[in-house]
Amino acid sequence: MRVFDRQPLNIDKVHIPRGQVFLIPDRCKGCELCIHFCPEGVLETSSGMNVKGYHYPTIVSGKENSCIHCEFCALICSEFAIFTLAIPETTNGG
Amino acid sequence: MTEPILAEHHPLDDLIRADRMPHIWCPGCGIGIAMRCYAQGILDSGLPVKDHVVVSGIGCSGRVAGYMNLDSYHTTHGRAIPFAMGIKLAKPELMVTVFSGDGDLVAIGGNHLIHAARRNIDVKVICINNFNFGMTGGQFGPTTPRGAIATTAPYGNFELPFNLPYLLAAAGANYIARWTTLHARQLKKSILEAFSKPGFTFIEVLAPCPIGFGKSNNINDGLEEMELYRDRCVMARQGEMNPEELEIDLREDKPILIGKFIDRDRPPFHPFMKGQS
Ligand SMILES: Cc1ncc(C[n+]2csc(CCOP(=O)(O)OP(=O)(O)O)c2C)c(N)n1
Ligand code: SF4
Ligand code: SF4
Ligand code: SF4
Ligand SMILES: [Mg+2]
Repeated sequence: MRVFDRQPLNIDKVHIPRGQVFLIPDRCKGCELCIHFCPEGVLETSSGMNVKGYHYPTIVSGKENSCIHCEFCALICSEFAIFTLAIPETTNGG
Repeated sequence: MTEPILAEHHPLDDLIRADRMPHIWCPGCGIGIAMRCYAQGILDSGLPVKDHVVVSGIGCSGRVAGYMNLDSYHTTHGRAIPFAMGIKLAKPELMVTVFSGDGDLVAIGGNHLIHAARRNIDVKVICINNFNFGMTGGQFGPTTPRGAIATTAPYGNFELPFNLPYLLAAAGANYIARWTTLHARQLKKSILEAFSKPGFTFIEVLAPCPIGFGKSNNINDGLEEMELYRDRCVMARQGEMNPEELEIDLREDKPILIGKFIDRDRPPFHPFMKGQS
């Protein structure tokens, strides 16, 4: 729940989207762009390694429900390795 | 869930040759980001994939033709534009995109570029500017900033670089924009605009080449170059083109102008079309 100094008039109508992160680990080259530019700090470097020895991203513990499906990680991944899908509103606990 | 869900396919896999992934580009290279914007642009264009054609020359950026899952032509060095022009003349209904590098399009292919812009041929150019010849080992070229270190300029490049938007504006292109690989949303939108603009369109995409350019010029990796774009990029006002302000030198602490510079409607070139004078 967000606390606003001044409550926006349409607060009931604003819906913050939720996303689920998907990863194709073997395509990742560990450039860390997705990690660095995620506006919600959802991602971090995993200790796991892919077949080429690169550390792919994983989700920060405690941030499991923080992805807002802005898709920026997918937009700046040179490798077509990461993307998100929207979690439908009905299953979104808020 | 503390891990991302593992996937086997990416939503854009139908548009790329997924069987060839991972591609050859280095970690932190920006070419793949621009290719992703192009793939998304094709999807959003509403045109069937079979009506899109991509033509590349030689270089790391030129590999794009080999990675797109559509009719694609990987031509000889510098000749992507004349090749694309041939396709467009034979099959004017196709959406012909040239996706290539600064070395390919502006050095060896420089004359084709300016004359295609002058004739206003209906070809969409996406030019990856990484300030060097990446594929062959980081030599300087006509987009390398003065003073920058390259394998062929160990004491710093003595030559002045081309100012691409300014050059193309003078040559006659209908649409000119510059983005960086950090501006992926804007780049995709710009590609869509170019698709719907008849005539010659030119989009310059500043992209990290950490291996060929970055490491010898104190930009350690792709991330650092993307961070630099975030710090320095300033949106230009459309139609305003001050040549000095348009110059780029990543190593200098001055704004990098991005945005759409030219959007005009000169008649496109088609010699077989009646009534074109
Ligand atoms: C006729 C000819 N001359 C030179 C070369 C060598 N060569 C291959 S790629 C390249 C430069 C590519 O630079 P650019 O277009 O900027 O691509 P990048 O690798 O930087 O993406 C050169 C000079 C060649 N393949 N053919
Ligand atoms: S979609 Fe946005 S919020 Fe979600 S992980 Fe990617 S960058 Fe972060
Ligand atoms: S942006 Fe792509 S390649 Fe880079 S670390 Fe993230 S998933 Fe890996
Ligand atoms: S050499 Fe440069 S342009 Fe070529 S793949 Fe590596 S980073 Fe990209
Ligand atoms: Mg280059």
